[in-house]
Amino acid sequence: MAETNQSIDRDAVPSLPPGYRMQWEEVQDCHVLLYPEGMVQLSDTASLILQRCDGNATLGGIIAALEQEFDEEDLSEDVLGFMSEAVARGWVRFG
Amino acid sequence: MAKIPPPLWLLAEVTHSCPLQCPYCSNPLNLVAKQDELDTEGWFKVLHDARKMGATQLGFSGGEPLVRKDLGELIGEARRLGYYTNLITSGVGMNPDKIAHFREQGLDHIQISFQSDNMQLNDYLAGCDSYEQKKAMAQSVKAQGYPMVLCFVIHRLNIDHVAEMLELAVELEADYVELATTQYEGWALKNREHLLPSRAQVQAAEAVAHEYQEKLKGKMRIYFVVPDYYEGRPKPCVDGWGKVFLAITPDGVALPCHAARDLPGLDFVSVRDHDLNWIWYESPAFNKYRGTGWMKEPCASCDEREKDYGGCRCQAFKLSGDAANADPTCSKSPHHHVVEAAVLRAELATQRPLTAQTITEQPLVFRKRRNAGLTGL
Repeated sequence: MAETNQSIDRDAVPSLPPGYRMQWEEVQDCHVLLYPEGMVQLSDTASLILQRCDGNATLGGIIAALEQEFDEEDLSEDVLGFMSEAVARGWVRFG
Repeated sequence: MAKIPPPLWLLAEVTHSCPLQCPYCSNPLNLVAKQDELDTEGWFKVLHDARKMGATQLGFSGGEPLVRKDLGELIGEARRLGYYTNLITSGVGMNPDKIAHFREQGLDHIQISFQSDNMQLNDYLAGCDSYEQKKAMAQSVKAQGYPMVLCFVIHRLNIDHVAEMLELAVELEADYVELATTQYEGWALKNREHLLPSRAQVQAAEAVAHEYQEKLKGKMRIYFVVPDYYEGRPKPCVDGWGKVFLAITPDGVALPCHAARDLPGLDFVSVRDHDLNWIWYESPAFNKYRGTGWMKEPCASCDEREKDYGGCRCQAFKLSGDAANADPTCSKSPHHHVVEAAVLRAELATQRPLTAQTITEQPLVFRKRRNAGLTGL
């Protein structure tokens, strides 16, 4: 995992691929990620990160914003770990 | 019984009318007449009620949904309600203006089906000249910013062309490709003797699909599923009866699986007469095969019963005569020999070329209204 994490550039800008949408689902009591004929129920952490993948913020910026919001020292590892998983699953694209 | 989960997937079969006549169509043999279809308001109510219950993914299907003049309105209403809207179409009846109009209405995704990579075979199976139209529409879908999903329904007559199909997908810059195994229900079951591929064909196709999956990683997602006839274990049909999936037929009948209407002894009712919430949670038909309590042996004591739910009830009925039996695609089923026999016949049939004589002996039955209502096998 650590090796994969290092391969993601902190200046890169993540966004959801075309056709992907995230929304809150009352009945499922969670955020879901929707894509052609598919749906993933997101954990709170996943939704907090994905909400910020708006095609403007850099990965470094997202980490900093989350650290500030939750008053945490270093969330790099958590965010990068999730991000490499999200990229592998096709939930997020860079550039 | 555990708490009944809400339906998350709504399949709106808005019409059974279709300009195509694919002999593997998953529609039942008894097609719903045009005059019996729900009207726009009727569909709005279905969309509203199912959304309130929790449905999130919505497929507009058919028949050919483009036949419905009010499809744009239905898409608009669905999107306003918060659905992720999928249009499942042959592309016949589509044009760039419609694609743009649907986009404005909030359509999320269009899936275009091809019968083959090859124009002659495509048009033969579809029963009309549609190949060039499909290609043009796929290009337009892509150009207008939708994710592009191509679907090839796979069977004996086209399975040897999987590489060419994937090359066509590359040419069209598809984002997803479904190599959808024909499910032997409805029209496909009627034509199974022509359509079931041999094991060698399935294995070769699977190898090609895996090769392209590897080669196109990160660019194109390719889905290939081995037919249940060759797996020894059944598929968890619709992820479990009355668990996730809710289908509404053109005339408003609610079903736990789009093929379930053919099952005898079950009273599937219409949203015209009953509240959708009641149908899903309380109607006898939706509770009939929920969970595992209804199971007989070998399912009842099987340690995989929570994984595949005993397979497909419709397939169990069609192949064994009782929907509560194990799906005969399971090697533990006492009726598995029926599947083995079909597999053997596929083996033999693919060893000799299809001749004019074999075609006339037992012709493919194309899905047309005048062929509809044929019963039995």
